[in-house]
Amino acid sequence: MESVRRSPWFLAFYLFVFAFTLNIMGIAGNVLVSSFAKSWFGGPLPASFTAEWYPYNFSFYGLGGLMAVTFEVVIAVMALSLSIGFLAAYALARVDFPGKKYLTVLFLLPVLLPQIAYGIPLATVLYRYGLGGTVAGVILANAVPMIPFAMFLLVPFIEQIDRNMESSARVLGASRLAIIRRVLLPLSVPGLLTAGVLTLTSTVANFELTFLVSGAGSQTIVVALYYAMFAAGIRPTYSVDAMAVIYMVLVMIPLAVALRFVRPTQMVFRIGEK
Amino acid sequence: MATAQAQPLPARSKPKSKERSYDLSVLALLLPATLVVVVLFVYPFVYGLMLSFMPQEGGISISNYVKFLQDPYQRESLFNTLRLAVPNTLVVLFTAVPAAYVMRRGMWGESLITTLLILPISLGAVLTSEGIIGYFGPGGWFNQILESLGIIKEPLRLTHNWTGVMIAMYFKQFAFCFLMLLGYVSGINPNIEYSARVLGASPLEVLRRVMLPLMAPGIAIATCLTFVTNFSVFPSAMLVGEPAGATRSIAIAAYQMAFEHYDFSMATSIAMIMGFAELAVVVMILGLRERLYKGSAISGAKG
Repeated sequence: MESVRRSPWFLAFYLFVFAFTLNIMGIAGNVLVSSFAKSWFGGPLPASFTAEWYPYNFSFYGLGGLMAVTFEVVIAVMALSLSIGFLAAYALARVDFPGKKYLTVLFLLPVLLPQIAYGIPLATVLYRYGLGGTVAGVILANAVPMIPFAMFLLVPFIEQIDRNMESSARVLGASRLAIIRRVLLPLSVPGLLTAGVLTLTSTVANFELTFLVSGAGSQTIVVALYYAMFAAGIRPTYSVDAMAVIYMVLVMIPLAVALRFVRPTQMVFRIGEK
Repeated sequence: MATAQAQPLPARSKPKSKERSYDLSVLALLLPATLVVVVLFVYPFVYGLMLSFMPQEGGISISNYVKFLQDPYQRESLFNTLRLAVPNTLVVLFTAVPAAYVMRRGMWGESLITTLLILPISLGAVLTSEGIIGYFGPGGWFNQILESLGIIKEPLRLTHNWTGVMIAMYFKQFAFCFLMLLGYVSGINPNIEYSARVLGASPLEVLRRVMLPLMAPGIAIATCLTFVTNFSVFPSAMLVGEPAGATRSIAIAAYQMAFEHYDFSMATSIAMIMGFAELAVVVMILGLRERLYKGSAISGAKG
């Protein structure tokens, strides 16, 4: 239907989406430029540039420590989500059982429900058991949406693996463990990579649950960024922006890797589909 | 992977009988995941629900809920939230659905545009808010461009108010809805559309009687997700809004109760109100969809 592309509607909405995209670049670009500003009061660009805000963040605001906590949380959440999620995804992809539908809905809820709604009761419980404000608590809280998230990402990949491969391996005398280790896992590598990088990006950027559960020593970088912004005026905006740029880089590196495996439309389509 | 993606509702099209050769001991593999969800999701929810009926004054009563609805300051947070969530959801839908529809056969620079659109979703509300404060601020690039084009004389006040939160929410939600619906609509078999055209339907009829019914499940899910996320707006309402005034959303009210007043009982009550309000809207939208377009299904994979 070639006429579609020549219609005025196409042009109007195309320009709209294009302008929208330009504004996104403006939003991200503003943070980037401002992080290198010495002073910027109006005008298209700062009067003078400096890179001092980056070391400033490390020496005065403990950015190194924040990054260490962030890595610790992200690696732990990713390991938990992939291992537990893989086992569950295998079972969901391979067997039907009564109540499967309800179990699927139960797994969907933590992914789809806004975290602030269940984060407050969750934080209450974690504080009650002494896990509130600890890194362990932050890891546990983040695992709640991330395990089902990884699981739902893995199911279609496992469904694609031919059952006959497993049957053949079994007939040829492979033990159950050997089948998992030598047949299933190697064939699931693309799925594990996709789920891994998407879990990684989402955990770095996951604000609400971490915000509600973390304490002084267990904040990730996005929570620290929130506090820095909320207390605006105490420290120069440019230094907050420098922290924001470092956060942006941490999210965008795994995101760039993820985009090698999936198209952006598939990425949200998958989330919505669930 | 591509074929798995092309069918938006794999659960329905899957053959009913799975091989029986898998013994049910495989179900044990579900245990760890189920355990995590039960202990860290279901239990806190039940605990929170019970706690909400045990007000700090003692006893078991619904006084928390009554207090929330009677106190004008707290009650207002519910209306503040609706004043943000409802218009935002509508604006997102009325822009994202047509945009995805007219671009269903591709557009120039598609991969770059969609890659940039994933940014506000992946970077999250905190970073988007920081960018919006600078970019849409009184001295920011947006106002500078409008002024230099002669469209405005005075810079517009677009941050630290209701508009700021609307902008922040819009960026994330439009990107999300557009990408999701674009993925959905491009998964509809184009032959269906061609057949309708060949059989003499006008473009408008194709849209109304063929494409919209096919898109309905996708639109319903997008509406639900947008509204539910909007309804629990938190970081952007704090950072680019007026958290003490017009954008004091219900999520802010719940947060303040828990971490400023340390009244966890009242806080969970507010969280429960938030959760149930969201659930009600989701049930309503999905029910409406069932009534409007019953029996519509996506047929066929990509052409």
